[in-house]
Amino acid sequence: MIRRKWPAAGVGVLLAALTAGLAFPSAAVAGEPTGQDAPQVDLVLDVSGSMQTRDIDGQSRMAAAKQAFNEVLDATPEEVELGIRTLGANYPGDDKKEGCKDTAQLYPVGPLDRTEAKTAVATLNPTGWTPIGPALLKAAGDFKDGNGSKRIVLISDGEDTCAPLDPCEVAREIAAKGIGLTIDTLGLVPNAKLSRQLSCIAEATGGTYTSVQHQDELADRVNELVDRAAEPVVTPVATEGAASCAKAPTLESGLYTDREEFGQQRWYRVDVLPGQELRASVSVAADRAVNPDYGVLLRAVTVHNREIVRGEAAGTGRTDVLSTGLRYPKPERDDDDGDKPAAETVCLAVTNSFSPGSGVKTTPGLPLELTIDVVEGPDGSSDVASFGLGRGWWLLGTLVLAGFLAGLVWGWLSRWRFAVWRTS
Amino acid sequence: MRITRLLGAALLTFGLSAAAAAPAAADSTPSPGASSEDGAGPTRAGTSFRTATEFEQGQTATARASVGDYLYWSFPAGTGQRPTVEASVKLPETHAAETWRIDVYDGLRRRQACQYGAQTRTAAADAASVELKCVLRTVRAWSEPWANDPLPGTYYVRLTAVNLTAADLGQSVDIEVRAGSKEMGGAAAVDGSLSEPLVPGIALQNAAADQDGDGDGNDSPTAVLADLEPEDGWTSGWWSSRWVWTAMGGALAALAGVAGYRLTRGTGRPSRVPPGA
Repeated sequence: MIRRKWPAAGVGVLLAALTAGLAFPSAAVAGEPTGQDAPQVDLVLDVSGSMQTRDIDGQSRMAAAKQAFNEVLDATPEEVELGIRTLGANYPGDDKKEGCKDTAQLYPVGPLDRTEAKTAVATLNPTGWTPIGPALLKAAGDFKDGNGSKRIVLISDGEDTCAPLDPCEVAREIAAKGIGLTIDTLGLVPNAKLSRQLSCIAEATGGTYTSVQHQDELADRVNELVDRAAEPVVTPVATEGAASCAKAPTLESGLYTDREEFGQQRWYRVDVLPGQELRASVSVAADRAVNPDYGVLLRAVTVHNREIVRGEAAGTGRTDVLSTGLRYPKPERDDDDGDKPAAETVCLAVTNSFSPGSGVKTTPGLPLELTIDVVEGPDGSSDVASFGLGRGWWLLGTLVLAGFLAGLVWGWLSRWRFAVWRTS
Repeated sequence: MRITRLLGAALLTFGLSAAAAAPAAADSTPSPGASSEDGAGPTRAGTSFRTATEFEQGQTATARASVGDYLYWSFPAGTGQRPTVEASVKLPETHAAETWRIDVYDGLRRRQACQYGAQTRTAAADAASVELKCVLRTVRAWSEPWANDPLPGTYYVRLTAVNLTAADLGQSVDIEVRAGSKEMGGAAAVDGSLSEPLVPGIALQNAAADQDGDGDGNDSPTAVLADLEPEDGWTSGWWSSRWVWTAMGGALAALAGVAGYRLTRGTGRPSRVPPGA
């Protein structure tokens, strides 16, 4: 019979599948120390004159902020290095030039002495201007070098009063320095204009914006942001793609960041051995106002400029990031003549079709995040379909028909043999 | 003749026992959606692919966030599952009309299409909440590199307000996100498999695991892009309804063979031959 081998084959396959299942590597990760530095948070508090307004739960904005700060200082995790910077705390005068320089470090970023920090906060008095841009620039300098996460939490009740320096652009420039800084913003009883400005600052660095109406909201939110800073995150490695494959940097598995200007091409190279699979994904972030239709294209091409595979994405409307990815399994080599180079160099080209909104600066480029994974190529399959197993009524019908025909033939043969035996 | 009968009987028994084993095997691997229905997930959301908060299928991830935030979660999905992502957003008391959207990306950050479900929904002014849903395609074990089919690995969920007024920016919202999946069984089997699931950063994870050897290591939290695995593993296992189909087919073929044999062979001996001949 044609199906005779099934039980034996089935059992063999079953055993093989079971052992394969047992031997399947678990994705559990061994905790390897990365030597990550302590996370740093700089709280930047607006102490401008408007903070006297009494509209948060019946108390002044300043009092609410102080109370919230006390709660935050109590709840700050041990490992977080916290600093406090003020803006508009010292200069009460009318001179814009002086007022816009008015930002000071109240408590340096470092191991936290809660009592000392609280005493410093208690001395604050709503005074001057709202120099958000200059304060952010200074705050970026407050951090120590290190690969831990860095976060600025900006709390303000009014928009920047120090035009023409646009705090949004300041934020973008800080982010472009590549120190991995995120700015989160909180608006105290904000109007639409302040919301727009603070949200623009946040989006420029991948941070968040929250509007605050009550004192407990303020404490909760700042606490959450400080906690978030304490969480370990993968720090990307800065790299710089080239304009052509020949000059491109060679990357290994990992997470990388780069900057790509509007309409620019970025090239990277990855070495892939036969039998390995290249996985690459790229995200281009819209950290400023862009026109509502956009796209990202990631191509894998050979050194001879033949396209292997591409990933493309397009989108429309409000977005933070547009991303795509590709897989390229390089087949095992059959001939082992050894005169060809073992690894193939795959060139990755990233292009974007974002276009800047009107009046938006095009430099620095858009933040680009690139993930490269080079893993073993696809296995000989362990999936049941590959054992030749089928399903469905057509399969049953075919098998029954084949079996029936085989039976018929067998019967005829046997009848014929019987006839031969009888006549002889 | 006798051999054929024996073989037929054997095949039939195998087919029946396999068929009987099917429900038992199905029972032993409960669907992740049902197993931990009341499981509480993380209470926070990430703000980028890199910082996406991980949760398991069947869990409910919650977060308090602001309108305008881009919120990211990730969950693992294995072969043969058809994931469904649902989100509900509790909006503030007063607000203008807002459009919310849920996007799902695979481990390569490729956007995955939703088969059904309201992926985008506009909440009228002062509406209390928005419900969003996305039913993905079935996760296959393998696909051509040029295809965009869902593969086993990490899936990212991005939730955001795509259309809103400046006055609504920054308002607090409460968000719940759930992921579950339906097992699609043997119908979704394909001929091939990936060596590693599409988990971002898996090459580095493997390298670290190799270096560390035994893997118990130390307790210092190491940042990884994605760490979770579906509770039944990435592959659907050896069991598939295809075993039953094929075995039943074999058994029926054997019976048909016997029938065909009897039809042509007749009763065994020609009736004209006397019994003693």
